[in-house]
Amino acid sequence: MSRALALLATSWLLLSPPAFAREYTLVIDDARVVVAGRAADGMTINGHLPGPTLRFTEGEEAIIHVRNDSDAPTSLHWHGLFVPAEMDGAPGFSGFQAIEPGQTFTYRFPIRQHGTYWYHSHSGGQEQMGLYAPLIIEPAAPETNPPDRDYVVFLSDFTTEHPDRILNNLKVDSGYYNYNHRTLGDFFRDARRFGFDAALRDRVAWGQMRMDPTDIADVTNYTFLVNGRPPAENETFLFRPSDRVRLRLINGSAMTYFDVRIPGLKLTVVAADGREVEPVEVDELRIAVAETYDVIVEPRDDAAYTIFAEAMDRSGYARGTLAPREGMAGAIPDMRPRAILTMADMGMSADATLAPTNGGAVDHSQMDHGAATQQSMDETGANQNAHQGHDMSAGLGGDGGADGSGRPFGWGSEFPADARVLSYADLASATPQADTRAAEREIIVRLGGSMERYVWTINGERMEDAAPINLAYGERARLTFINETMMAHPMHLHGMFVQIENGMPAERLPDKHIVSVAPGQTYSVLLTANQPGEWAFHCHLLYHMTAGMMARVVVARSDGERAPQQNHTAHGGGQ
Amino acid sequence: MTPLVLALGLSFAGAGAAHAMEQPRFHMVRGEIDASQSDDTDILTWEGDAWMGGDANRVWFKTEGESEDGEVRSAEIQALWSRNIADFWDLQAGVRVDLEPDPTTYLAFGVQGLAPYRFETEATAFVSEDGDLSARLHQSFDLHLTQRLIAEPYFEINAYAQDVPERDIGAGPSDAELGLQLRYEITRKFAPYVDAVWESALGETAGIARTNGEDVRTASLRAGIRFWF
Repeated sequence: MSRALALLATSWLLLSPPAFAREYTLVIDDARVVVAGRAADGMTINGHLPGPTLRFTEGEEAIIHVRNDSDAPTSLHWHGLFVPAEMDGAPGFSGFQAIEPGQTFTYRFPIRQHGTYWYHSHSGGQEQMGLYAPLIIEPAAPETNPPDRDYVVFLSDFTTEHPDRILNNLKVDSGYYNYNHRTLGDFFRDARRFGFDAALRDRVAWGQMRMDPTDIADVTNYTFLVNGRPPAENETFLFRPSDRVRLRLINGSAMTYFDVRIPGLKLTVVAADGREVEPVEVDELRIAVAETYDVIVEPRDDAAYTIFAEAMDRSGYARGTLAPREGMAGAIPDMRPRAILTMADMGMSADATLAPTNGGAVDHSQMDHGAATQQSMDETGANQNAHQGHDMSAGLGGDGGADGSGRPFGWGSEFPADARVLSYADLASATPQADTRAAEREIIVRLGGSMERYVWTINGERMEDAAPINLAYGERARLTFINETMMAHPMHLHGMFVQIENGMPAERLPDKHIVSVAPGQTYSVLLTANQPGEWAFHCHLLYHMTAGMMARVVVARSDGERAPQQNHTAHGGGQ
Repeated sequence: MTPLVLALGLSFAGAGAAHAMEQPRFHMVRGEIDASQSDDTDILTWEGDAWMGGDANRVWFKTEGESEDGEVRSAEIQALWSRNIADFWDLQAGVRVDLEPDPTTYLAFGVQGLAPYRFETEATAFVSEDGDLSARLHQSFDLHLTQRLIAEPYFEINAYAQDVPERDIGAGPSDAELGLQLRYEITRKFAPYVDAVWESALGETAGIARTNGEDVRTASLRAGIRFWF
């Protein structure tokens, strides 16, 4: 009976007091989930995967009752939202504790922004199991030029394996899911193309580092979904020719980056991570885990257009269709080759090797995706230390191109030469930044890890061992991300946006809640520490986070109070 | 049976310690078992590894042995506490118990990890209950012929600091093994294989074997399965 009531309550109810409050009830449960014929022990929100889309209007009060009918402690985190720290929903931070089985927790916070966001569990691997959903906030004032159609395109990755098992597999064998190793045949193909010596030196260089250039994604065997539907079910978005259609792209995957394009249409990016940006027209974009982008498309023909989101490791794709009528399908393009990493992806270009370096400047010209400002690495130095002394000229692919088996060299090199691909350097905030102060100090955030043991770290420490990163309330700081690993890390700070120093003027720097730091690269961002509390700060690749790549950012007010702490139990239990 | 009890006791203690030290618990159990024939003798060889624990501290068990026509000719078990000391290396300490050919207990101390050029490496020193010192080095390498067909060359050498007459072993390098395993990973966790192995006694130990009229060198072709969970 309570289930039925909860389902009824799901459709939002406007409660009278206080005015402008919007209330939802969400019920979290264990469920046997079947997707594309594959059954798994999953989890659902109100019986659905993804959960229901929560809609708010800026200025409202959000009241969200979350009842845990599952057998495990759970939580929901409002990804990208400004919330009081104790409402953020990351267990163990700011006094928030997991919602125990049978308990109800009521989240209550004012909505202070608008745009495309999402929410998900922040407990163990539950995000992988299905606890994720869109969260859309309308602006307080109606849009001046609203699109004719407005759709959520929620991308996710589904697997039948339990997250604990996936992590265990990775701990035993980090290459467990990699079926793209370089083979003996690849060696001979490379030898034919580049010469035996060059191919051998390349293998020796990788072997010396004990690293694997084919490690694009740690986990595969996923079925990729659009709004919960596998490719065969063809999630369809209707339009009339010449409509302006807004697609709210959300990457709610646990581990998967997607390259998204709609053959035949340009994508005009108008918002990133929920924040409006100056429109940028592109052919495609790479959406990192947990990012959101709003794009406008204007299909003119009475035809079906395929929304094609291929996983970065090309292990599959998510697909939907923009169509004038139900039941139509556009052509599905072939997936393009996956990349193979190069020494340059480790921040070690031939130039860097030859230069008389004291730590080595990172060569940003190598970056196709997500440019950051040229940061002097002199203060940090540490960047190259781990790998100094190797002969970087041994690496193949310094000049681009493809390897003997046709894989393009370098992270982010999978796009056609003539394709316009969104870069972080393209993003300019549509509204002027309120805080344009220079940074008062720099905080180095080294992203590291040991692939062999599947341990991931921030500044050399796993979450369990790490000291918090302390910020004074109101402080303006620069976070310098130094990625010392072979993988991209979508770094997520809870509670606050950071501004990527992407070369735009200070008042136009784009707000982001995810900063995807490409392999071997250094990006810097600015942060105004204006939200007091203890905030989670982590890589949003689920298994990187659970394997340690997480830290605590503490914004302390001058009176010493960390955050207005509310007693969790006041909300908990038997409501 | 005392050594076995000792080994089990130590490993339970170790497991308890690992549990107390770290919350996230991971585990692995891996086995290889294969059969071959030599001079009308059915030979069964096994090798097993298991570990449990967290990122820094683990408890390891290792076993290997051989039976001929159903009779166990050699069998050893190791129980080790393993501590991560560098990105690619663990320090290991514990006991080794030989059940056959003659029951002996050893203290074991060594390193295990991934050497540059991706050589899986185990280097262990043993001190027997009689005070005999010996050492073993084992290295292997995975070469992908295809994504599932993997050639694994491997190499092992044993050496002794002194003569061990009751085992017909002389001081110095005593024996070496060179092999090539070709396995097909139907899944990562299950793979049939064939294994070509060449074994040789070395140095003084080889001399003793010759005197005793035993084979100094043997070559065998084995077929088996490898699994882990």
